[in-house]
Amino acid sequence: MEKILTCIVCPLGCELCIDLEGKEIIEIKGNTCNRGKIYAENECISPKRTVTSTVKCTDGSLLSVKTDQPIPKEKVFDCMKIINQTTATLPVNIGDVIVKDVFGSNIVATQNKN
Amino acid sequence: MKDLVIIGGGPAGMSAALSAFDCGIKDILILERDSHLGGVLQQCIHNGFGLQKFGEELTGPEYAFRYEEKIIKSGIEVKLNTMVLDITEDKTVTATNPHDGIFQIKAKAVILAMGCRERPRGALNIAGSRPAGIFTAGTAQKLVNTKGLLPGKSVVILGSGDIGLIMAKRLTLEGAKVKGVFELMPYSGGLARNIQQCLNDFNIPLRLSHTVVEVHGKERVEGITVAEVDEKRVPIESTKEFIPCDTLLLSVGLIPENELSKSANVKISPVTNGALVDQNRQTSVSGIFACGNVLHVHDLVDFVSDEAEIAGKSAAKYINNDLSDSTEINIFTDGKIRYTVPQRITDLTDVKVYFRVNNIYKNVNIKVTDGINTLLTKKRPKVSPGEMESVTLKNDHLKNVKELHFSLEVV
Repeated sequence: MEKILTCIVCPLGCELCIDLEGKEIIEIKGNTCNRGKIYAENECISPKRTVTSTVKCTDGSLLSVKTDQPIPKEKVFDCMKIINQTTATLPVNIGDVIVKDVFGSNIVATQNKN
Repeated sequence: MKDLVIIGGGPAGMSAALSAFDCGIKDILILERDSHLGGVLQQCIHNGFGLQKFGEELTGPEYAFRYEEKIIKSGIEVKLNTMVLDITEDKTVTATNPHDGIFQIKAKAVILAMGCRERPRGALNIAGSRPAGIFTAGTAQKLVNTKGLLPGKSVVILGSGDIGLIMAKRLTLEGAKVKGVFELMPYSGGLARNIQQCLNDFNIPLRLSHTVVEVHGKERVEGITVAEVDEKRVPIESTKEFIPCDTLLLSVGLIPENELSKSANVKISPVTNGALVDQNRQTSVSGIFACGNVLHVHDLVDFVSDEAEIAGKSAAKYINNDLSDSTEINIFTDGKIRYTVPQRITDLTDVKVYFRVNNIYKNVNIKVTDGINTLLTKKRPKVSPGEMESVTLKNDHLKNVKELHFSLEVV
């Protein structure tokens, strides 16, 4: 079976053509880099996504955050629930862990805030 | 008197300032309207920035901070909360802020880096009432990502530009129901990856060749009527369909913000709505340069930073009386190629020319001629209006050339 995907790793958006037998990948075509190949493999076996959102801070403002690793796609909405229940204590620097161990990733700050 | 005044502290302004600084210009002032540097990046909390520039996938605020920390380290002067009111042809900048009142600065060189604005509802002539609940996608993005406010719970998006696609995902994640994205053209204006990760991932329908023909509701949007359009983009009466919703987002294009450029008599291209520039990103006014989305709307911030580096370097050369103009070559396009940046070349040097096409074409040859001889051809498997293309002309190509013609042939 042939599966066509749009690579989401970078803005080039390569069209990937994956030759599949059941869950086994026979061949991947159309990728222009190795990251595209890894994306295609993951997408066929267990799709993953990086989640970006905001958490509220102790002073009432918002802090932008992301998962520092892509998490399983089916866990994205569960991850959002955790993010929306979180309050960050200021000050915060870029990269500071806001919530640990969320579906194999940490939720980290993407902004500095005093 | 300042050596260099930069109007705008977004990605273009910051990158231009740093490249001029690295070329030895230390007397620089950045004027920024907002209360922080970074421009629109501060509200673009999604990832995907910086892959070309840093080889990493950063969010908007992270990308902005890479530049902001260098600006702070360099000691380049920044005035925040500062609105520029006027720029004259002799490079006198009039600005105002709560601290300094109204003030004037004479600059040896000016870099325009004001970015762009969203096309508003008024530019679309959508019929119907004027209820609350109609937002441009960027305004909605600001409300959600910086204020923590949800503009609505049941949303229809008109236009499939990248900000619209990104907001479809963002609003879905925050619990709103996005009923669909409607695009007038037969193709999307957004990046393929955004169609995948913002729409397909959440089963949000994208309906091409469709538009909103009426807005319903008195106090608040209660629904919209959409219709399919024919080849001439005229709505087909029999395809009208009512969709209940409380919010309509518009993601229907960006327009470079050139009011100040015009006050300085900078010539504006009717195609890009940005300044006409040479390979140094110098405008028609000597010593005034432009870069980033005020020059032409970019797909990627990485390209904005690259372009701003060119403008910064060129401004530094101009200040040091080192900018040469040994030739004058105008670039013409065939219509399938809508525009090029730069539009003219004034020195015999290697020049990367960026361009956009007017439609989706497959298996094309991009041809560059001097009017008679073909100088260069480039094969591309697919080109689309949403993705900027480029060719690099070598110094050798430009010798004895008076004009350049860019054309696109479908093989």
